Amino acid sequence: MNRNKKRLRRSMMFLNAQKPGLIIDPYIYKPDSIMLDLEDAVAIREKDAARYSLFHALREIDYRGVERVVRINGLDSEFWQEDIRCAVAGGADAIRIPKAERAGDIKVVEDAVAAAEKEFGVEDGRTLIMAALESARGVMNAMEICDSSERLFGIALSGGDYTKDLQTTISGTGVEMMGARQHMIIAARAAGVQCFDTVFTNLEDMEGFRKEVETIHTMGFDGKSIINPRQISIVHDIYTPKPKDIMFAEKVVREIDEKKAQGIGVFTVDGKMIDIAFYGGAKRTIELAKASGVYKGDL
Amino acid sequence: MKNAVGREIPEEILKITGKEVFQGNNYKEGKEYHKQGPMVKPVMDHNTSKMVSSIREALIKCGAHDGMTLGFHHHFREGDLVVNMVMKEVRDMGFRDITICASSLGKAHDPLLPMIEDGTITGIESSGVRGKIGEAIFHGKLKKLAIMRSHGGRVRAIHSGETVIDISFIGAPTCDDYGNCKGIGGKSDCGVLSYSFVDGQHANKVVAVTDCLVPFPNFPADIAMTRVDYVCVVDAIGVPEKIATGAAKPTTDLRKLMMADYCTQVVVNTPYFKDGFSYQTGVGGASMASAASLAKVMQERGIKMGFAVGGMSKSVVDMLDAGLVGKLLDTQDFDLFAVNSVKRPNHHRISAGAYANPFNKGSFVNKLDYVVLAALEVDTHFNCNVVVGSDGMITGAQGGHPDAAQGAKCTIVICPLLQGRIPAICTDVTTVTTPGESIDIVVTDYGVAVNPARQELLECLKKADCVPLKTIEELRDIAYSIVGEPEPVQFGDRIVGIIEARDGTIMDVVREGKD
Repeated sequence: MNRNKKRLRRSMMFLNAQKPGLIIDPYIYKPDSIMLDLEDAVAIREKDAARYSLFHALREIDYRGVERVVRINGLDSEFWQEDIRCAVAGGADAIRIPKAERAGDIKVVEDAVAAAEKEFGVEDGRTLIMAALESARGVMNAMEICDSSERLFGIALSGGDYTKDLQTTISGTGVEMMGARQHMIIAARAAGVQCFDTVFTNLEDMEGFRKEVETIHTMGFDGKSIINPRQISIVHDIYTPKPKDIMFAEKVVREIDEKKAQGIGVFTVDGKMIDIAFYGGAKRTIELAKASGVYKGDL
Repeated sequence: MKNAVGREIPEEILKITGKEVFQGNNYKEGKEYHKQGPMVKPVMDHNTSKMVSSIREALIKCGAHDGMTLGFHHHFREGDLVVNMVMKEVRDMGFRDITICASSLGKAHDPLLPMIEDGTITGIESSGVRGKIGEAIFHGKLKKLAIMRSHGGRVRAIHSGETVIDISFIGAPTCDDYGNCKGIGGKSDCGVLSYSFVDGQHANKVVAVTDCLVPFPNFPADIAMTRVDYVCVVDAIGVPEKIATGAAKPTTDLRKLMMADYCTQVVVNTPYFKDGFSYQTGVGGASMASAASLAKVMQERGIKMGFAVGGMSKSVVDMLDAGLVGKLLDTQDFDLFAVNSVKRPNHHRISAGAYANPFNKGSFVNKLDYVVLAALEVDTHFNCNVVVGSDGMITGAQGGHPDAAQGAKCTIVICPLLQGRIPAICTDVTTVTTPGESIDIVVTDYGVAVNPARQELLECLKKADCVPLKTIEELRDIAYSIVGEPEPVQFGDRIVGIIEARDGTIMDVVREGKD
């Protein structure tokens, strides 16, 4: 398995691939991933110019460990094949497929990516895939999409198009997206891939943004698509384990390791009853703390 | 001869200027000198009028002559009309070989270019220049060496008699018929007249130029009648909207906000941040944003600032109103809020000398805990350049930069790593204007570097783990890895100006551009 498949992706920031001022050094804001957009942000007549700047950015700029995802144009367009060639040749880490509706969509892209890797001498399997679900059908087919490809690391909800397809609008309460979010996170977990929430476009409403991130964090999402660096610190703040959570997780892991050796199955840590079922969650907290750069311990 | 910041100052320049090379910040600590006194023409007869009908009459009565030095202030910033008005009259009267000694000159003074070209103006002493005057100096059109000196340095030069001002023209928003000048109450208000105090005290002749004559006595006066020879009323001394603008909108530029946040973290995690601390900041987007976020931390921790000093703007006036700062000590006002605030009881007008003159018996900058400054370039020795662009063109001003930088216990310079395609953190700055020994911490969008001479500050920041710490060399290497190491600017052989250190020694020279 590509070892990047499970990497930390709390914040995935969209950037117009055509804007040099945006793509030159977004890593200074420390998002986990950037999504260089060739689709909606780029006018039809500018697609080739955007690919040109994307290719050179991918080749020339050291993004200092930030994952570089390229959002290609839709499979119903004439642009997506060339987008993939350009992204793979440049060395992108992943391709984001917009408007994915079925497993077949992922397969088509998977084949094109594999062909491009061969064509440009890129290591086989290096380029990952994520799928954006933007329609009722896409959401309903989340399970087959999640299971469609070894390259697929996750799925993302695209709330704008999805709510249009539902014949409603984004209300700010989250009610209209509740079903999709719940369905997608369950499918993603069942398939063992990651799941990402949609963008929050009102940059004036940072409180609303924080609430939404808290909600999706509680629901189990791995991260959120964002449109502005101002949103990064809020997402990371919510997603990064707090010192007391890390301390508790450390105790749980150590105690379970110790008690297992002594043949004890159930015991208490800080007054809470603990058994082996807590082990995975505690390990995840430590791993997340490590990936977030806040873990100083030795586990 | 090499100076303390490693710059080669040619013997010829030392000979022409009679100056020494820069030998470190405190080289002249405690060295006594006599202040220069001005010529005084007594007014004893109550029938004597100080009113003159025109600038021309003022020049005649003041005994204008070829080779004279004229003094001006820059409180009207890019809205100034006084310098051009006076110099037009000087040129029309046929005077030549004039030296302008201004606290600063800007693009508003582009009309002086033909006067530099025709020999009316042959010398410029200023905190800095921009626009066409900068280009003219860069291209070797000014006959004498341009002297760039800090606000404190100007006061020192005049106090010590190194510069003798024959006539100073003080633009005064309000003035009475006996010469009491104020920075407010008229139609071209600039708030304070701090840079002119020294002109009032030391110029041989002083002319108050106003567009708002008010009844006697115009009190309390910034420049008192006892120092003013003549009063001249003109139609306008400034363009109000270019003197003091509305408050600058808080920046939404993420890069600046991030640097502001780093700066605030640096301040609140270093030992001088405690009740009663003192602070100076500029009006750049990042500096103002940092002041705003600092105010928030002060409120949370119940810490109040003893005083803020220097240029004032809405952000510090708001802090005064919120009870977060005890006193504002004002040398210049950047917006209408600051201009109007000078009437407040704890908003005090101070002279540029009290602010920063290194040759008085202690100035306010010496009592600063923190100053937050900007820079065009910073090098790996922490030397800063705030006057000469990376292309060699003179396009900035020292202002109070070297003064506050030396004075403050913790001097923070905010500077984006790249200025467009030019690395702002580099191996050697184009021109040294503030020595690295004055700079403690450099904040960039890529990380924060602490001067190795300040290990105790580095330890505080390491312990607090609040900002990404880098060495200054690491920052330079990142900059070079992104845009490459630029070729050195090609200069001609001729030296067209000097950068004077606060104490009057030579920090660096400015060379003519090569076509």
